[in-house]
Amino acid sequence: MTDVATVHSLWTMAAGAEDKIPAPHIEYGQLSPTLIVLAAAVLGVLVEAFLPRRSRYYAQLMLTVVGLAAAFAAVIGLAAGGYGTEKAHIAAMGAIAVDGPALFLQGTILLVSLVAVFTFAERRLDPAAHGNRVDSFAAQAASVPGSESERAAVKAGFTTTEVFPIVLFAVAGMLVFPAANDLLTLFIALEVFSLPLYVLCALARRQRLLSQEAAVKYFLLGAFSSAFLLFGIALLYGYAGTVTYAGIADVVDGTVKTVDPALAGTMGNDALLLIGGAMVLMGLLFKVGAVPFHMWTPDVYQGAPTPVTGFMAAATKVAGFGALLRLLYVVLPGLRWDWRPVMWGVAIVTMLIGAIVAVTQTDVKRLLAYSSIAHAGFILAGVIAVTPDGVSSVLFYLAAYSFVTLGAFAVVTLVRDAGGEATALAKWAGLGRRSPLVAAVFAVFLLAFAGIPLTSGFAGKFAVFKAAAEGGAGALVVVGVLSSAIAAFFYIRVIVLMFFSEPTPEGPTVAVPSALTSTAIAAGVVVTIALGVAPQYFLDLAGQAGTFIR
Amino acid sequence: MSFPLLTVTAAVPALGAVATAAVPAARRTVAKWLALLFSLATLALAAVQLARFDTGAAGPFQLTESHAWIKDFGVRYELGVDGIAVVLVALTALLIPFVILAGWHDADPLEEARPNRRWRPTQGFFALILLVEAMVVISFEATDVFVFYIFFEAMLIPMYFLIGGFGDRAGEHGEEETAARRSHAAVKFLLYNLAGGLIMLAAVIGLYVVTAHQTGDGTFSLQEIIRARADGRLDMASSTERLLFLGFFFAFAVKAPLWPLHTWLPNAMGESTAPVAVLITAVVDKVGTFAMLRFCIQLFPEASKWATPVIMVLAVVSILYGALLAVAQRDIKRLVAYASISHFGFIILGIFAMTTQGQSGATLYMVNHGISTAALMLVAGFLISRRGSRLIADYGGVQKVAPVLAGTFLVGGLATLSLPGLAPFVSEFLVLVGTFSRYPALGIIATVGIVLAALYVLVLYQRTMTGPVKAEVRAMPDLKVRELVVVAPLIALLVFLGVYPKPLTEIVNPAVKHTMSQVDKTDPRPDVPVRAATDKDASHEEASHEEAEAAK
Repeated sequence: MTDVATVHSLWTMAAGAEDKIPAPHIEYGQLSPTLIVLAAAVLGVLVEAFLPRRSRYYAQLMLTVVGLAAAFAAVIGLAAGGYGTEKAHIAAMGAIAVDGPALFLQGTILLVSLVAVFTFAERRLDPAAHGNRVDSFAAQAASVPGSESERAAVKAGFTTTEVFPIVLFAVAGMLVFPAANDLLTLFIALEVFSLPLYVLCALARRQRLLSQEAAVKYFLLGAFSSAFLLFGIALLYGYAGTVTYAGIADVVDGTVKTVDPALAGTMGNDALLLIGGAMVLMGLLFKVGAVPFHMWTPDVYQGAPTPVTGFMAAATKVAGFGALLRLLYVVLPGLRWDWRPVMWGVAIVTMLIGAIVAVTQTDVKRLLAYSSIAHAGFILAGVIAVTPDGVSSVLFYLAAYSFVTLGAFAVVTLVRDAGGEATALAKWAGLGRRSPLVAAVFAVFLLAFAGIPLTSGFAGKFAVFKAAAEGGAGALVVVGVLSSAIAAFFYIRVIVLMFFSEPTPEGPTVAVPSALTSTAIAAGVVVTIALGVAPQYFLDLAGQAGTFIR
Repeated sequence: MSFPLLTVTAAVPALGAVATAAVPAARRTVAKWLALLFSLATLALAAVQLARFDTGAAGPFQLTESHAWIKDFGVRYELGVDGIAVVLVALTALLIPFVILAGWHDADPLEEARPNRRWRPTQGFFALILLVEAMVVISFEATDVFVFYIFFEAMLIPMYFLIGGFGDRAGEHGEEETAARRSHAAVKFLLYNLAGGLIMLAAVIGLYVVTAHQTGDGTFSLQEIIRARADGRLDMASSTERLLFLGFFFAFAVKAPLWPLHTWLPNAMGESTAPVAVLITAVVDKVGTFAMLRFCIQLFPEASKWATPVIMVLAVVSILYGALLAVAQRDIKRLVAYASISHFGFIILGIFAMTTQGQSGATLYMVNHGISTAALMLVAGFLISRRGSRLIADYGGVQKVAPVLAGTFLVGGLATLSLPGLAPFVSEFLVLVGTFSRYPALGIIATVGIVLAALYVLVLYQRTMTGPVKAEVRAMPDLKVRELVVVAPLIALLVFLGVYPKPLTEIVNPAVKHTMSQVDKTDPRPDVPVRAATDKDASHEEASHEEAEAAK
């Protein structure tokens, strides 16, 4: 910590000109997961620039899969090397924490991304355009929808292989986000993963206007929330004189009393702390889609290409909750009595509004969007517990939930009619008669969302509710089970529709996917059942990862 | 390690479900025989359980198994049976082969309505029945609250598909309307039970938190919690205990079902096929009443005593309300459903009377009600499948064209109204005696239920079976061999257990005594000198009483 302090005194006081500036010490080995993904992303850009068009797809896919797998191996290596437990520490001059929660979340994000990339690369679902197999992304993003240049691009068989490096950049940002140990790193990570996501949202091959509208909405609201976050960071800096998590926590606790002369007017001013903390929380709650910062979720989920929606719904949530946990547990534990009532309120309205509004939805992607809001509420119930059990339950829930979500959205890509994916719920009627297997798989995911025992959803829900109850939030648990009951209603409604309704004559067909999407869906089912029947191993893993380093 | 008999008893039907579901679409008959075979194997295993069950053993639970499962939640995979559980496992295993046989043709797909070649409703139907059996068996055997809860909830899903996916061929309302009613019934069933289950989930979590706070180690093990309470490590505050009790009881009262949480049952039973209706009322619902005995009373004895007055009143309301609505029904299946609500009222009355007779009576009642309802409902199903209508008014004079059908229907009906000499009489009598010794007023009011039972059963019989032969029933065939094979053993069992219930009571009584000891309740001493009322004397009195009422 001493050289961290030195660095900060360098940054903040601009004093000590007589000292030599020490060369920063970067632990490359411990940052390797992020670095590998970033390197793969940069290579992907080069591939895009130098390889001929026809070989780009395979090269990109290979590079992305290998990059993500290698990064995952690096995470495993670090965890096996004890960096999750006794060797946990702060790396990169205080910017990045290498500890249990960080490694667990990074591993989850990498696995989720790996599976999500399979759905990105799927090229059998959309009918071939002029003899070229195409994926769900626009032929040429730059061409105006409906224009001559778009037709030409489609005819030429262009595909947007840039999505692979873009995803890799997003993943790199997500890896840093829950590990960020100062507010500036947090902000940079947020931007690094958000900007690629805005772009990805706009790339749908079909219904491009809807997709672009979603991207613009996401971008505007996202930029707004980033501004809040940044403003909050500035206020917190004014309060504490530092942006490191530990440093701010020390000032909050009152352990550090020395007042920075440059900030004499503001330091220790509680108004700054409260407003700044609230603004930073708002930025993060926006990313996880908690009420009242959830407005973007349904539109963006609906408009974005479905593989992107799945990726976003799963991986962003993991990264966002990771960062939220670290912020609340490391920076603001001293402020617990101030933020807990607020978070209680947020959790309650998030659970209830997510569940209640979902009941009225008629589009399967919007339905899943509102269900993701309700789930964000359940996760918040675990976040509020402020115990090691709370952390590990949230970690477990995130891992369980992200695979269910990925699988569910992957199934959505399969159900198609002439206009592309048939996301209107009415069209799903009788799917269970037409394609029993696909409907059964989707039913498994829905039951997991509903938290029926023997699925991962139940184990996760039980874990967070247990943590919340132990943390003294019994009322939250009661609201949680009530909104679960409401939520169960609409999950069941979809099952009724699929199995007990007569198929409509011009209903959608279920496309036969390639091995890529099949693998993604199978992974979702396997994880859902495995975490439901034998969750102990993963609970252990999450339990060991339950302590944040300061 | 000894042979895990309890696990295997539950695993065999589960395996059977997988095997049945895997049979190719064209081989429907293979699937049926496979399902029957697996259900018979389960029955054999249940018989082995009964044989190896030692009525004189000291501990409450036998054939126990215990393995670590989810350490973080304090969950152990703990199974064990007491006298009550072993009898109910046997009942389940006994009824399922009959349910399968009775539903032999219920899920044959109509050839023209086959959307694709992989559509296999028959395989699905029998696989789901076996899956329900597996889950019911394991919830009877579980001595860990969490394990119980998991299967208690999970069994809703196959049950839901059985109700919503399979029904009688379109009746008076036409294809679309029938399908809509069916899916409405299935959703209602699921939502009621899921809501109950989720409330219970909150209580389950609460139980964990309480044990974790007080004993340092959160646990769901029934035996561990009882031990902890006995040696004073666990001492719940009475408000906590009451809340937890209510959480558990709510779920079980929905399942049982107790008035006013009963409204899903008539829909579910009315819209599903007769075998599925039997599965609901004779098998699945028993888990609710069983769980009141095993979990509500043993985990929360003080709260149980606190809640007893209200529950007793609700039970009596159930008895009368169910019976009155049964009298008013025009639909045979709904009539049986309301009759069942009335009977569940008796079971709950017996459980919460907190007397040995009441609780043994309630346990016997669960068994006997299972058998008698199965007999009545399955014969009713055969009747309905012949005519294609569930309305009582569509029948008349059936006994002239199909005497065997009418005769078995009558026996089933008489068992339902607890005629002396048939099994349900013994249990109903015990329940009433048990209730009367502590709550005389409620006991007397509950007796009215018997009178009403005579009314709805006999009126049903009279309207459908006697009188002039209706034109539509003229060509009605009598019971086929398969149907006789279903009904005859059930009737034989009703008669046997009616005359000689001792084998059952011997197994059940020690378990009931143990349960009673948990609540610190002893039977009240009779304050009037009565002669030792044996079943025989009583049966005479009741019989004359019945006859007098029936004659009216």
